[in-house]
Amino acid sequence: MLEPFLVRALVAAVGVGLVAAPLGCLVVWRRMSYFGATIAHGGLLGVALGLALEIDLTLGVVVIALVIGGLLVGLGRQRIVPADSLLGILSHAALAGGIVAASRLAGQRLDLMGYLFGDVLAVSGSDLAWLGIGGAIVLGVIAALWRTLVAVAVHEELAQAEGLHVARAEAALVVLLALTVAIAMKIVGVLLIVAFLVMPAAAARPFASTPEAMVVIAAAIGAVGAAVGLWLSMSADVPGGPAIVLVLSAASLGAIAWSARKRGG
Amino acid sequence: MKEPHKKTGPGPSELGGHAHEHASHDHGHHHDHCGHQHIPRPAGPTVRVAPRTGEVLISGRGLTMTRGGRSIVDHVDIDIAAGEIVTLIGPNGAGKTSLVRILLGLEVPDAGTLTRSAGLAVGYVPQRFERDAAIPMTVQRFLTLGARVSRDRLQRCLDEVGAGGIVDRQLAQLSGGELQRVVLARALVREPKLLVLDEPARGVDHLGEADLYALIGRLRDERGLGVLLVSHDLHVVMAQSDRVLCINRHVCCHGVPETVAQHPEYVRLFGDAARAFGIYQHHHDHAHGLGGEPLPPGGASGGDTPHA
Repeated sequence: MLEPFLVRALVAAVGVGLVAAPLGCLVVWRRMSYFGATIAHGGLLGVALGLALEIDLTLGVVVIALVIGGLLVGLGRQRIVPADSLLGILSHAALAGGIVAASRLAGQRLDLMGYLFGDVLAVSGSDLAWLGIGGAIVLGVIAALWRTLVAVAVHEELAQAEGLHVARAEAALVVLLALTVAIAMKIVGVLLIVAFLVMPAAAARPFASTPEAMVVIAAAIGAVGAAVGLWLSMSADVPGGPAIVLVLSAASLGAIAWSARKRGG
Repeated sequence: MKEPHKKTGPGPSELGGHAHEHASHDHGHHHDHCGHQHIPRPAGPTVRVAPRTGEVLISGRGLTMTRGGRSIVDHVDIDIAAGEIVTLIGPNGAGKTSLVRILLGLEVPDAGTLTRSAGLAVGYVPQRFERDAAIPMTVQRFLTLGARVSRDRLQRCLDEVGAGGIVDRQLAQLSGGELQRVVLARALVREPKLLVLDEPARGVDHLGEADLYALIGRLRDERGLGVLLVSHDLHVVMAQSDRVLCINRHVCCHGVPETVAQHPEYVRLFGDAARAFGIYQHHHDHAHGLGGEPLPPGGASGGDTPHA
């Protein structure tokens, strides 16, 4: 019989894998992985904010992630500094700011490594509740906006000309990323969240013929990869989040290599 | 920035008269206008009478857009009615695509009014459709992005554009010509009344181009569509259009193709390519400044009277 902490770890890791799959596909299609990483880096700052203001930490993370997302969208309109440089600035500013704020404000109360790389084996019942509620919201919003999100990813101008709300889709993606960071941070850590988004989607791409098939395959890869990684972590006594990410990266690199070889003849 | 030429020609209200001409089916009496002067249509047997057209689908008056202090679209009047093919021609940077984007509602003009007939469905074929191999996409799924339709209906639309056999293929594996037809089919599944195509023949070989324009003409006939076409291919424009709007930020001249082809402004803009149609020599009725804005007649060019 599995230990309760292990059951919670398994549910959390598999849950993050499932919730991240559709958003991860959108992040891959829209080339937003660095955008997602920047928002994720804001998570630590959000935790520090939460501790300083004595509000719920998850709420602090959501607020900071939304602020960073808004800054990215707002500053992205200027043309003097390219978008990827802007991401480089904000991403590292958020990370450095988070570490400084955490050490100044929170002192001993904060497990820095746990927030950076996650601690899947220390997941609590309330973390799982957050994952359940937040995950349901993320999946629900994506399902409701799915046609618009896909159409905008395929061709923004055409989607707009067909009367779809491009701005709404953009805003939804920022909010969804912020929510996902908030619910997944305790489990996988701010530095590894983007791996959960991008890797299963990339691994699924060669085997999918429609956007929806890619999401289903990515969800399966994410869930199985999380379980395998957790098993690896237990049996080899290595950290859980990084072990899962290693398994997922092996899956995605393997799929990419397989597809490249097939195409090469 | 106020354009200096405004005082030399008729204002937007006078230009508005053209809508009238067009809506009243008065095809025996074409006027065109170049810049700011009406000239009589040339006499001769080559003048083609445009087919009778239906209700006006979309109508722009005085459409003006300025970006970064530069005038991009300058007091343009345009109407498109059901059953006619209207072609926008003009040099690069003349604001053709900007005008199309205004008509589609993708850009908001700084001035002018845009009227659409109630519940107008528009099918749009953008200038460049770049496929993204990162997104797995069958032709069938791609068509249902534009509208929720049954497989039967999208198969009919694919048959209509001559791409019936590729419904299950991946978008990334289509040839340029096949892709162009699929994008056209996506516009058609929406059952549009107005079809807008921005340089649809780009990236299609010459034979494919002739086929494509023949197809557009057929769609107009069979579905009674109004078609707005942006093109730089003058041969095709002259063969396929009912009306031509030659723009260089402002409307330089408009009318049936033969009228426009003989217009001095058109000849100036297109030079040798225009002469290839066997158009007679013309005097230019107004000169353009460095910014492309017409200068008052009687200035640099000596104010020759236009050919009639």
